[in-house]
Amino acid sequence: MNEQYPALLVVVPLLSALVVSIAGWVNKRLCFPVAVAALGMAAWSAVGLLLRVLDEGVIVYKLGGWSPPMGIAYYIDYLNGLVLPVVSIVALLNLIANKKGIEQQFPDKIGPFYTLYLLMVTGLLGIVVTGDAFNLYVLLEIAALTGYGLLAMGEERAPLATLNYLYMGTIGACFYLLGVGYLYIVTGSLNMVDIARLLPPLYQSNTVLAAFIICMVGVWLKMAFFPLHAWLPNAYTYANSAASSLIAPLVTKVMVYVMIRLMLTIFTTEFVFTTLALSDAVVWLAVIAIVMGAVLALAERNLKKMLTYIVVAEVGYMVGGAWLGNRDGMTGAILHIVNDALMTLCVFMVVGNIVYKVKGYAFEDLKGLFRKMPFTMGALVVGAMSIIGVPPTCGFFSKWYLIVGAISSGHYCFMAALIFSSLVSVVLFFRVFEICFYEPFSNHHGHDNHPGGMDEAPVSMVVPLLVVAVILILVGLYTGDIVNHVIQFAIPEAMV
Amino acid sequence: MKIIGLIIVVVTGALLIYAAADFPAWSDPASPASTYLSPHFIEKTMEETSVPNIVTAVLADYRGFDTMFETTVIFSAGVVCFFLLRISRREEEEPETRYYRHVLTGVTIQLKEGYKIPPSDDFERIDAAWTPPDLIIKTGCRILIPFVQLFALYVIAHGHHSPGGGFQGGVILGASIILLAISHDLRTAVRRMSEKLMAILCAVGVFIYAGTGALCLLLKLNFLDYSALAEVLHVDPITARSHGILIVEIGVGIAVMATMIWIYNNVSSAGRYRQGL
Amino acid sequence: MTDLISTVIAKYNYWIYITLMMIGLYAMIAKNNLVKKIVGMNIFQTAIILFYVSIGVKKGATIPILEHGHGPDAHHVVHAVDYINPLPHVLMLTAIVVGVATLGVALALAIRIYNNYNTLEEDEILAQIREK
Repeated sequence: MNEQYPALLVVVPLLSALVVSIAGWVNKRLCFPVAVAALGMAAWSAVGLLLRVLDEGVIVYKLGGWSPPMGIAYYIDYLNGLVLPVVSIVALLNLIANKKGIEQQFPDKIGPFYTLYLLMVTGLLGIVVTGDAFNLYVLLEIAALTGYGLLAMGEERAPLATLNYLYMGTIGACFYLLGVGYLYIVTGSLNMVDIARLLPPLYQSNTVLAAFIICMVGVWLKMAFFPLHAWLPNAYTYANSAASSLIAPLVTKVMVYVMIRLMLTIFTTEFVFTTLALSDAVVWLAVIAIVMGAVLALAERNLKKMLTYIVVAEVGYMVGGAWLGNRDGMTGAILHIVNDALMTLCVFMVVGNIVYKVKGYAFEDLKGLFRKMPFTMGALVVGAMSIIGVPPTCGFFSKWYLIVGAISSGHYCFMAALIFSSLVSVVLFFRVFEICFYEPFSNHHGHDNHPGGMDEAPVSMVVPLLVVAVILILVGLYTGDIVNHVIQFAIPEAMV
Repeated sequence: MKIIGLIIVVVTGALLIYAAADFPAWSDPASPASTYLSPHFIEKTMEETSVPNIVTAVLADYRGFDTMFETTVIFSAGVVCFFLLRISRREEEEPETRYYRHVLTGVTIQLKEGYKIPPSDDFERIDAAWTPPDLIIKTGCRILIPFVQLFALYVIAHGHHSPGGGFQGGVILGASIILLAISHDLRTAVRRMSEKLMAILCAVGVFIYAGTGALCLLLKLNFLDYSALAEVLHVDPITARSHGILIVEIGVGIAVMATMIWIYNNVSSAGRYRQGL
Repeated sequence: MTDLISTVIAKYNYWIYITLMMIGLYAMIAKNNLVKKIVGMNIFQTAIILFYVSIGVKKGATIPILEHGHGPDAHHVVHAVDYINPLPHVLMLTAIVVGVATLGVALALAIRIYNNYNTLEEDEILAQIREK
């Protein structure tokens, strides 16, 4: 069974999605256990794969028994070996935490919801694990379509926000597909490693340059990199909390992974940083993304929307780090994929708990929450610390690598933007804490019921949240190991 | 917005034209796309999979994994449309007066809330906006639909030797039921193919595909490596690939048919399952 | 000059796909009606399908279905030059399906929006949102 992990990782969630879909029509109570078992199995396979990669190096899995470039192959190396467990564990914890919320919101559509949830995770895992450029597009569309379905079920404005996301997402995916077509027309291959082997003599060709730019723009659209971010805040804010706390941590991060995969594996660092002279321009864009994300977050009076702008700023961190063109910057970017997925999950799960109890997430709804929901707010403090970058939470370490990378490549503006956004995050979160802490009674204008005591969300929601908070600190403490044993090998040696 | 749109279009178009300068000319037999992988597919398909239709062989075998997800894409679209649109019984307000039509005589009766008719096959429920379907259209479609379906089965089964396969056949099958819904009304079509049946068939179709792959995995070969089926089917591994392709094509056909109908039902009636369109 | 003209003619398939794609993109950005945008999106996707399929064409070759598949000539030698490239066709089957699926989901969303606001014109919807 050991050598079948790459297939199981994707196939188990897919098959269970089908089972859940049927179970939704027969016996609704079966849906949740099947979904949890499937994601547990996927997480198990992902961790098993990471351990095998640490042991043996790159794993190649030939689907259908056809060797690449004829057939489709999976390549699991240090880069996706690290991202896979993150994706599967985030999805699993979020599913467990949101069981109650899902049953409360969609009593009649539990089956379809879990089906879409599992298909979305299948798509995301497939994107990360695949070694075929076209296969990635198909999986991208699965993740996107199911994502539209999940996001559109929410408040009144959710369908419109999602339709805008659909337009942007389709343009992004089509640009990626067109870029792959350009690579196909000049190389005749679709396998990532094979394309990388065939490309070097063609580095001067217009087509390769255009393919790179088109793929990048497509991926940036999907990850909401600053000028292309307009769809993200509304789509994530108005969605139901189970969907937004799955999609906000994972989709943008997986797209950053795709960008790094394109840069490192398909086009190689030599082309991206030596042949092209784009890296300064992109780092500047990232600087603008970070600053604008922080400023727009500051303008919000609404916790969930504020967090979505923080997601936009964080995308700027990762894109900028990856484009700094040195080892530290890339290390920071890859490490930040892991950290940001976890901390975004943490804060969005907090919002989920608040919505479950208070039915709102505007700042006025948050009054007195430290007293009412101490565990949830404790987790929010940890998540906020991590986003601000306070040691020993994990956010500090990736920021540290990014700053070191910025200094050694001479991009002081990027460093300044990072520090600026950290300071803004301090303001953002302490403003929230102040509202939650110092104004203990939300209705002191003559209402008689004073809910003075604790009114925490159900245990099944709080425990996964606390687990995430603990993981945030643990990942911070073991950052050195992650960097030295995994990320070091994920970055090609040509990159200094 | 128009000016911004124009600027974006001009810039993108310029980039694409710039890229096209290096492209091989149209129908150039020496282009990399035609000389790198495609000769292998064209020359070896027959001996490696024993399927003369190369597109089918590449679709369902060499790149069968893509196709499995392609089927999953259409399945997820069906689930999304249902999830977004279907109005559940709890939310749906039952109209105060319901209409029933006696099938044999065509007499329509009106029932006020609280009244029921004895359960029998003689009456069918109709909507307030119901109009009798035109005789010519109704009869024409009734004659046409069986042939459409027969043709669909031929397209699925003959995908190995001629243009066709699961997707094409599945769409034609789905279209035959949609034709029934258009020429009669949605309730008639749903009576033939109930909602639950459609929903389950979608999943079953994809399950046949993914399950065949998983079966190969259980038989100690890689996922979707149909040659593993040789043991089960008692044929040589090359023929087993051909049979494997047929099995997954049938799965695809079922999934596509059911999803097409399911999407049509939900979108055309906005999730109410009353008079379509 | 004749060189330029012959290059332009030799690559006419690319100019067609670029034109179509830009029409679709413009419609998606500039149109006000949500369904028109969906139509634009479909044109955009179709342009890419046209691009891929045109890569597969080969002069003097026929459709990629072997003529002597079974029967007495079954071991007839197959020459790659006689058949067009099958791979782009396979890829585009996938892209067509994705296009249909996206269209279905987009229409479902448009119906939801229409139920909420009773209009599909984007500016009217935004005006309604601002009023609230």
